[in-house]
Amino acid sequence: MTKSQQETQPLPRVKEPAGVVVSRRGALIWLLPAGIIVIAFLIAPAIWTLVLGLTNYRLTGIEAKEPQFVGLENFENALTDPAFINSIWVTILFVLGSAVFGQAVLGFIIAWSIRNLAPRVRSSIELLVILAWIIPSSVVTFLWIALLNGQEGTLNTILGIDTEWLLRYPLLSIIVFNIWRGTAFSMLLSSAALASLPPSYLQTAKLAGASNWQQLRDVVLPSIKGYLITNLLLITLWTFNDFTPFLITGGGPGGKTETVPVFIYQEALRFLELGYGSAIAAIALAINFVIAMFYLRSSRRNAAR
Amino acid sequence: MRIRRGRVALGAGALAAAMVLSACGNGDDSASDSDDSGGQTEETQAEETADEEAAAPDAIQVEIGANAVRGGKNEQTAAWIEDYIIPVCTEELAANGTNVEIVFNGRGIDDEDFKSQLALDVSSGGGPDLMNIDGIWVGEFAEAGYTAPLAELAPDATSWDGWDQIDPAVQANMSYKGERYGVPSGTDGRVLYYNKALFEEAGLPADWQPTSWEEVLEAGRTLQQALPDVTPIQINAGVAMGEATTMQGYLPLLAGAGARVYDEDNSTWNGDTEATRDVLGFYSTLFTEDLSNPDLQLLQDGRDRSFQEFAEGKIGILGEGDYFWRAVIEPTVGNFPMADRNDVVGYAKIPAKEAGAGLNGQDFVSMSGGGGYVLNPNSGNPGAAWELLACMNSKESTLALVGDVARITQRNDVNAEILSEDPMLSFVATEVLPVTAYRPGFAIYPQVSVAMQEASEEVVNGSSANDASASFGEAVADLAGPDAVTNN
Amino acid sequence: MSMTTQTRTRLRDNHTVRAFVARVFFVFFIVALVTFFVVPMLWLFTAPFDSTPTLAVGIPDWTLDNFREMVENPFALPSIVNSFILSGGTVLIVLLAGAPAAYVLSRARFRGRDTTLYILLLFSSIVTGSAAMVPLFFIALQLGLIDTYHGTIVILAGGLLPASIFILKDFTDTIPRSYEESARVFGANSFQMLRDVVAPVIRPGLAVIAVWAFVNVWSNFLLPFILLRTPSKSPAAVVMYSFYTEGGQAVIRVIAAFSIVYTIPVLLAYLFVNRRYGFRFYGGIKG
Repeated sequence: MTKSQQETQPLPRVKEPAGVVVSRRGALIWLLPAGIIVIAFLIAPAIWTLVLGLTNYRLTGIEAKEPQFVGLENFENALTDPAFINSIWVTILFVLGSAVFGQAVLGFIIAWSIRNLAPRVRSSIELLVILAWIIPSSVVTFLWIALLNGQEGTLNTILGIDTEWLLRYPLLSIIVFNIWRGTAFSMLLSSAALASLPPSYLQTAKLAGASNWQQLRDVVLPSIKGYLITNLLLITLWTFNDFTPFLITGGGPGGKTETVPVFIYQEALRFLELGYGSAIAAIALAINFVIAMFYLRSSRRNAAR
Repeated sequence: MRIRRGRVALGAGALAAAMVLSACGNGDDSASDSDDSGGQTEETQAEETADEEAAAPDAIQVEIGANAVRGGKNEQTAAWIEDYIIPVCTEELAANGTNVEIVFNGRGIDDEDFKSQLALDVSSGGGPDLMNIDGIWVGEFAEAGYTAPLAELAPDATSWDGWDQIDPAVQANMSYKGERYGVPSGTDGRVLYYNKALFEEAGLPADWQPTSWEEVLEAGRTLQQALPDVTPIQINAGVAMGEATTMQGYLPLLAGAGARVYDEDNSTWNGDTEATRDVLGFYSTLFTEDLSNPDLQLLQDGRDRSFQEFAEGKIGILGEGDYFWRAVIEPTVGNFPMADRNDVVGYAKIPAKEAGAGLNGQDFVSMSGGGGYVLNPNSGNPGAAWELLACMNSKESTLALVGDVARITQRNDVNAEILSEDPMLSFVATEVLPVTAYRPGFAIYPQVSVAMQEASEEVVNGSSANDASASFGEAVADLAGPDAVTNN
Repeated sequence: MSMTTQTRTRLRDNHTVRAFVARVFFVFFIVALVTFFVVPMLWLFTAPFDSTPTLAVGIPDWTLDNFREMVENPFALPSIVNSFILSGGTVLIVLLAGAPAAYVLSRARFRGRDTTLYILLLFSSIVTGSAAMVPLFFIALQLGLIDTYHGTIVILAGGLLPASIFILKDFTDTIPRSYEESARVFGANSFQMLRDVVAPVIRPGLAVIAVWAFVNVWSNFLLPFILLRTPSKSPAAVVMYSFYTEGGQAVIRVIAAFSIVYTIPVLLAYLFVNRRYGFRFYGGIKG
């Protein structure tokens, strides 16, 4: 078996009928390690956390020694807590701005633009984009605080102004930050998707006189829609639960960059209100679930086509 | 798995190494984390070996947990514990018939994170025998069962002679519901610092001592007129500065308006009251008249910037604690050293709103804080732990901790000795501490504090004092229950 | 389709002009892109070499003193080693447990397969958040995993497995079963099939997951903070927050030097994997 042919078999993601490729017993054995880990360290704590949401448990104070079951009270409080509602709104803007319209679009544009460049140039650009993604979070925080600092920040030095970015445009700052940070994933995924596209498709389109833009719209995008949907799902969920903006803005000023994960952090780790924090996490889970189901349906519909 | 061999080998090696290392780490007992030999200096390792040799086979292990680490935060404390306390107190306790092996578990992390880690450890049955905690945590720890009254855990504690040297007010900082839980590690006070050089330029007196809020504002206005490039006044506000807002700004103002955060007599929290409106009104004046810089209150590093600006002569009046004098602008070891600190920086007591309007009818007010050590109910031998604590708070030990850089300790005898050199600190000890107040040690205090910070931030952002006060009253009612708040 | 020569020339000229303009825009775009990504990183390359670094970016005076100071901190370099242990160990577990699971889930069909995977994916977002802190702590405590490397590794792996399996499964889905079926015909058992047929082909996918997991754990603060108690076991992500002075002021010199030392390993890991295995999603079968 060779990997030599860099070829062009179209790869639609067709679900082939289930052949007996793996025996049932084999399957269970292979699932076992992951299964154990997932049950012990994912499912158990997740369910425990959800149950905590029904109590008034705190890490200190009398509620630590004697937590009480309060039913849906935490949820009621959450849904009437203006700070929480604010955090949902901020998160929606954050996700739409930085993930959906930011990373996904920019990632694709980059992948599309560099696909025909010389390999050296292409790898270098990819390296830069990926570097932004892999630099550790705490370091990236410093980089961006240095960049956006009002008095001596890099950005202001270049532009010759003295705007205190993190105070005047906090949400915009973290959106741009997150686009910078996460575009690599979308770029890689789009690159792979484009690579899987048989050149014959595009060749035909070009011969038929389609412009670049038309090729993109009518040939490329429909073919790789499945990949794009998967990408969008993952980065939406990841961005929704991303905590990194806290390191730059602390959720401020005045809660303007307090996303849901930051809100949970404040409640759980600062106020030590673990019951309330868990309830919030449960609500976040529900929202994520809705998002995921939405994508699942789109991807099913796309695959069926 | 041919193909992945390279990666697998690397990973397998790493995992193997991890398992070996962790097996070594787990050789010692679980409940009290023994400090690993990995990260310590040779000095301490030698000491430990010496300790182990010197300690009798039945030595009781006593662990000290503090947010202090060599090479990082609170290094002075870490060095004191490792270099002085461990050898000296081991000997002292042995002389009294108690053989101990003292272990120091120091961390250098954010205070709030340290609190979470401690809480997790104690709630799961572990934790160090002696815990260094902030005074305002005593309440929530006590209620959660993470600590217990000294009288309960170590009956000998009641008859310790050191108590005579510690002011009752300072003792109260490590007490809860009238019972002592620990020994305080020192205290502090807040004053108004001012830049004498700027004052001179603006025609204000060099030995300034305001007697009312209005006088402070007037001085600010004079500065504003004479020196437009200087920020006249900086009184902490906003959420970004956290407890620094409450302690340096809000609470001294509240005391000056004659109210306490928590009224012991009526068992109610101070909500939307006239005093609160006064405080927020003062803040409001500062920002509507441009006497303060709102950005400093909103930025993440606003407090540091305020320090820097004062050190650079860009702020006229700054409300801060003695920590600022001895650790921030200190000419040799400060973060923003001012070489001419002693000549240029003046300090004045914080005035009440007007003479006689402060707490207890005082003309001047202040706030004090501090931490200390409490005992862990999970401790195997709280009696031995107490003995160690008593040794740590002896006159000699306290002198050893202070070393060359004077600070206000918990003991009056030590203060008398060391503060005479430093006029500012003796000023605090003699004139400020008598009029100071402490924060209430209730479990919900930290959240009430945040409500105060948020109220001040609303004013910074332009809300009226009355509106901010009203929402503050609501917030406190949510936290403490409507019956436990005074809202008028 | 005939055209007059004139028209053709005009079209060609228009084309050339348009092509030229397009090219200019393209170059401009690439330059803007590169600038966008590079500018924030400048601090990382200047501050560590400056004797008095601040948050500003400037020409440094090229000194290595900061590195010396960093090395003197007893926890700085050991923490990098700890990060390696945690990251490497987690990658190993994720690959060893995740690849077979992804394969099985890709080939086997049963009701609710997709939904289960989605639910696990959602759960992983709870478990990596702050609210699950106490449950994780207590579970680890019961199992005797507190303050151990292996405990932290396996819990970290737990949080990363769903997404890893999700991506790997998608990847494996793109590979038709013809190879496996022929291998089966030749009598290969399941294990051989995984090792000799499937693994080589999904190698790029494994590489991606490996790098992704490595980078994730390398940055992870929360779990090591909760589960590891001895400062000498703390990874770089936690230790980075301890570079303060006595009074609580951040020591930028040490932080800057540490930042570079902290970043280089992940960079090398990526370059290594890219060089050897190709860092691509969905390599797919060729031919």
